[in-house]
Amino acid sequence: MSEHQTKKLDMNRRGMPKQLPEVRKHNFSEVALGYPLEIAVEEAKRCLQCKKSNCVSKCPVEINIPEFIQAIAEKDFSSGIRILKEKNCLPAVCGRVCPQEEQCEEACVLKKKGGQIAIGRLERFLADWEAEQTKLEMPKILPPTGRKVAVVGGGPAGLTVAGDLIKLGHGVTIFEALHRLGGVLFYGIPEFRLPKVIVSREVEYLKKLGVEIITDYVVGKTRTVDSLLEEYDAMFIGSGAGLPWFMNIPGENLNGIYSANEYLTRMNLMKGFLFPQYHTPIKKHRKVAVIGGGNVAMDCVRTAQRLGAEARIIYRRSRIELPARLEEIENAEEEGIIFDFLTLPIRYLGDENGWVKGIEVIKMELGEPDSSGRRRPIPIKGSETIFPVDAVVCAIGNSPNPLIPASTRGLEIGKNGNIIADEETGKTSRERVWAGGDVVTGAATVILAMGAGRKASRSIHEYLCSPGNW
Amino acid sequence: MHKLVESKMIVPNIFLLTLEAPAVAREVKPGQFVILRVEEDGERIPLSVADWDRVKGTITIVLMNVGYTTDKLASLKAGASIPTVVGPLGNPTEIDKFGTVLCLGGCYGMGSLFPIVRGLKEKGNRVVAVLEARSSYLFYWEKKFEEISDRVFYITRDGSRGYPGHVGRLPEIIKFSGESVDRMIINGCTFLLKRGSDVSRESGIKTIVSLNPIMIDGTGMCGVCRVTVGSSTKFACVDGPDFDGHQVDWKELLQRRKMYLEEEIVPLRTSRCEEHKKESR
Repeated sequence: MSEHQTKKLDMNRRGMPKQLPEVRKHNFSEVALGYPLEIAVEEAKRCLQCKKSNCVSKCPVEINIPEFIQAIAEKDFSSGIRILKEKNCLPAVCGRVCPQEEQCEEACVLKKKGGQIAIGRLERFLADWEAEQTKLEMPKILPPTGRKVAVVGGGPAGLTVAGDLIKLGHGVTIFEALHRLGGVLFYGIPEFRLPKVIVSREVEYLKKLGVEIITDYVVGKTRTVDSLLEEYDAMFIGSGAGLPWFMNIPGENLNGIYSANEYLTRMNLMKGFLFPQYHTPIKKHRKVAVIGGGNVAMDCVRTAQRLGAEARIIYRRSRIELPARLEEIENAEEEGIIFDFLTLPIRYLGDENGWVKGIEVIKMELGEPDSSGRRRPIPIKGSETIFPVDAVVCAIGNSPNPLIPASTRGLEIGKNGNIIADEETGKTSRERVWAGGDVVTGAATVILAMGAGRKASRSIHEYLCSPGNW
Repeated sequence: MHKLVESKMIVPNIFLLTLEAPAVAREVKPGQFVILRVEEDGERIPLSVADWDRVKGTITIVLMNVGYTTDKLASLKAGASIPTVVGPLGNPTEIDKFGTVLCLGGCYGMGSLFPIVRGLKEKGNRVVAVLEARSSYLFYWEKKFEEISDRVFYITRDGSRGYPGHVGRLPEIIKFSGESVDRMIINGCTFLLKRGSDVSRESGIKTIVSLNPIMIDGTGMCGVCRVTVGSSTKFACVDGPDFDGHQVDWKELLQRRKMYLEEEIVPLRTSRCEEHKKESR
């Protein structure tokens, strides 16, 4: 008899305590409160400790999931966090924003009966537990190799590369364009989903490991890739998807129409909600429409509501096609966000001072599936209507940032402006240069960027151990 | 941190700041800008670079005191430090052998215009500089302009120096001078850029303007600096800041620049009150 059959199956996936919708929609504090210790242990004890663990193979950074869960079940949290950090330098972040339902938890054998282990919540539990300890356990760092790596961009991909390579004894310098590290973790994801103190803590940890950090430094402008390569043995580019898309419809440059990046940056990086204590203003609008259906759109619409607006999502397909995580959609629904599905903006109307005052939309119906496999939305003639808004946030995606592709010789660029990099190693067409994350794939998730960083750091390490062997 | 080496008011309400920023000083070219933050809670604002010293690692900025952040900057004394000076951002002004170039500058734009004139002269162009101000006491760097330009003309609103009136006098100036202008470059406030472009449109002179919309990151990420040029939307930070003045949608740009007018004043008022309270205690 295997252990599986002897152990009584506990299918009760422990719920995540959250701030109540009525309360949280008026504040910027974190929505999900985290498992209390006993609940975490109970949840961990449900894990069947499968011999062939599907969850691990579905994890982009290959965390040894059953082992860290076992440690929680045994209340040996310091071992748990050590196991976690072997593969993931940002567990507090990933435990919050990873789409576990499509990755590790999707592969859990208990999923068939709807009782998959809450792996993400347990990951978060361990990271938060560690943060409360007075003594931070430092990992083993190999003796210095004398090799130097430049990491361009302090987002999830770059932080992963830095964390991996510093432990292997290489010198690492991160060059960040903004004044704070974290990339999208800092400027993009709102406080109520990922408190900035957590991002800062993870960055501080890297500093303690010896990573050198240079902020306010735009590689491609302040100094070119070519010039940096004279000083560094290898370079990783993780400069992200920083060029927002607009729909190119009439009136889109009216005042009060933002890109998601601008809206979120004003809020998160520049702390606009604390204006005038912080000096970057953000307008308090009354009726805000957010265009798009991804996680970023959910972040924008929930931010707008917390600033006191009547906030709605305008999405051209239906609810099941929403690309956002189900958890975020449900959170938004609970908070009273209005969803206008099968609706497409076609024009914005302005007042005499150039401020947006209305939006004209057309209703859509779903036709045959398109290349993405989702049913193509088709406009219904004659269904145009106009409704009033005083702000619009366009959250329909980003292109890779153009500064490095435009200023670097010999770097192969794809048709969307993305850097071409090998999927397994992250190697670009330029010798000694690796790339990963959104600048390669276009806008994607935090964990995929970290996964790309992991693969690249492995390849960089191999190269640094036998240079000349590109 | 970036140390302020020098700070002075050069004419009423216009300030010259020299800052330590070796990485910027090493790379900067005429027409580029930096983004700076004056304190940790501060906003990010773009300012054109008016000069630099690659050896000393310093850059010079000419700014007008118009809102909260520029007021803070203007009030800093030499020796103080600010947390962010990032750049050089934007594309440099195109400098080539064009023939005769008319360089038009007004208020803070006279500063950033200067290195462009210098660059144009180095390339062997004939440069006619035209400086515009409300009154004669608002000109600065005239000597520098007179030293390197082939000719310098002045326009003042009150007629206290050079031609009385505004940029509308430009066609007369050109006619009087007998110069055949191949290109015009304008640096200054948005009104000057617009009016200068209106004037040159009739005579068909290619006109390059350096736009100064609101920005946050200055690297293409936020899109607040978007401007309609011809029939397409451009981002001034990565596609500009220089554009063809005859193609810019000026009405839209002027409206977009006013987006936070109210908020620029609010913290100024409240902080002034706070300072006043402190003093009176």
